[in-house]
Amino acid sequence: MIIAKKSIKTFILSMLLSVSLVGSLFAQGHGEETSHANDKSSHHEEEKFNPSEFINDHIADAHEFHIADWGGHAISMPLPVILWTDNGLVTFMSTEFGHGKYRDVKASEFTRTDHHRKIVEKNGMKFEMVNGNIYYADKVADIHPADLKDLAKAFDFGIRPINLSPTKNAFSMVLSVIFLFLIFSKVGKSYKKNKMAPKGIAGFMEPLVIFVRDDIAIPNIGAKKYAKFMPYLLTIFFFIWINNLIGLIPFFPFSSNLTGNLAFTFTLAFITFLITSFNGNKNYWGHIFAPPVPKALWFLMIPVEIIGMFTKPFALMVRLFANIAAGHIIILSLVALIFIFKTVFIAPVSGAFVIFMSFLELLVAALQAYVFTLLSALFIGQAVDDHH
Amino acid sequence: MNLIAPESLVFWTTIIFVVFFFILKKVAWKPILTAVKDREDSINNALAAAEEARKEMANLKADNERILNEARAERDAMLKEAREMKDNMINEAKEQAQTEATKLLEQAQVAIQNEKNAAVAELKGQVAAISLQIAEKVVKSELSDDKKQLELVNSLVKDVTLN
Repeated sequence: MIIAKKSIKTFILSMLLSVSLVGSLFAQGHGEETSHANDKSSHHEEEKFNPSEFINDHIADAHEFHIADWGGHAISMPLPVILWTDNGLVTFMSTEFGHGKYRDVKASEFTRTDHHRKIVEKNGMKFEMVNGNIYYADKVADIHPADLKDLAKAFDFGIRPINLSPTKNAFSMVLSVIFLFLIFSKVGKSYKKNKMAPKGIAGFMEPLVIFVRDDIAIPNIGAKKYAKFMPYLLTIFFFIWINNLIGLIPFFPFSSNLTGNLAFTFTLAFITFLITSFNGNKNYWGHIFAPPVPKALWFLMIPVEIIGMFTKPFALMVRLFANIAAGHIIILSLVALIFIFKTVFIAPVSGAFVIFMSFLELLVAALQAYVFTLLSALFIGQAVDDHH
Repeated sequence: MNLIAPESLVFWTTIIFVVFFFILKKVAWKPILTAVKDREDSINNALAAAEEARKEMANLKADNERILNEARAERDAMLKEAREMKDNMINEAKEQAQTEATKLLEQAQVAIQNEKNAAVAELKGQVAAISLQIAEKVVKSELSDDKKQLELVNSLVKDVTLN
């Protein structure tokens, strides 16, 4: 029975593959013909699909929440823009930039006219949105948009104001917090009324809470000291998990890539770093500034230990970011295949792989929340450990 | 990679996370963790109490057994004592009866002896009286003539030795 089922599955899958491959080949040939015809008949040439831009647009943060495209127009939820400029605070809605997109152009062809630029004037200052970021318009007029993507330029507050806008990811975060609050305030209340075995949603959540306590906190921090850190560990566990899950739902108001954003993972890792450092005891600091090696080696060991202090949260930051961002990139790449091959016949294959990847990501979502919490608990445990 | 306003997300993440942390700590984690802890404690206490009760039960059982054994031993001892007492009493009674009987016998013997002595003494008196009468009669008949009287005096004188 099992073998028969398996062979049927393989058969269907291979049929699906071959049909879509043949279909895509056929469609490609057909597409070329029509594109030639288009060249002659229409003025504007069709935009070339750029998968890397497509993927970057989807995993990046944004000042508006794109919901759908309808009849060539983007439908987006506007978000407020809050800027701390040289002349004080400036706020306006992101819709004022308009939906037009500044396209990448080759450096040699780089010319900018105000027609192409998305500029908003406030308080006598001009702000321009390039690649989704907001700059002082006059300071970036001569810089190619591609050059603005440099990591060094990202923190150059000479060319752009300090941006405190609640972006798409911040919006998504608020959503996740509301969800978690609704769930856990209900759970918390149910314990006040019901002293017996947990019922309803409390019965569903309690094993998870106990899992964090018995499998993460107690083994890593120790039965004596874990209680103080339980609220933090539970909060990051559920916070990361639900935001991972929200990132997997591909439509508004979800679909953000919050946990796959370096700024977000940096903040969480930094909070873990602060907790670790403030709770570090004599042993922990002693291990760093007076390591248990011969004094002649201290000049080597102390820098290594100090670097180690920072590599731990750095690893936390990169691990979560890379895992979630990679998951999004894979799924987006599979979807991009449809547009690369310009055929609908590749869609079943892409779809099947996307479904498969989504299941995998479902696992990764929980796993990465677990790993982040586990490693946070481990670092805290090392900092508060008494005996050597 | 295109970082869009990283400082804004850091800012909002910090604020939202910290506020969220304190709210959840108050409304969820504290009640949940205390409730779970309390429940675990109560379960552990209940289990410990059950174990205690079981031990107590075993102790009680052992006590009962011990008391029963003691009672049984006591009963046996009492029975034994009673039996001994009974035996003693019988023996004593027997002995007493024996001595009493012996005493009675002795007394009877003494009485018999006394009676016998008295009887013998009386008999002796009577025999003596009778003998005297007989002797009187004999002497009377003997001494009816003088010759015979003389002969008697002679024999008597012959028996007397003069020193």
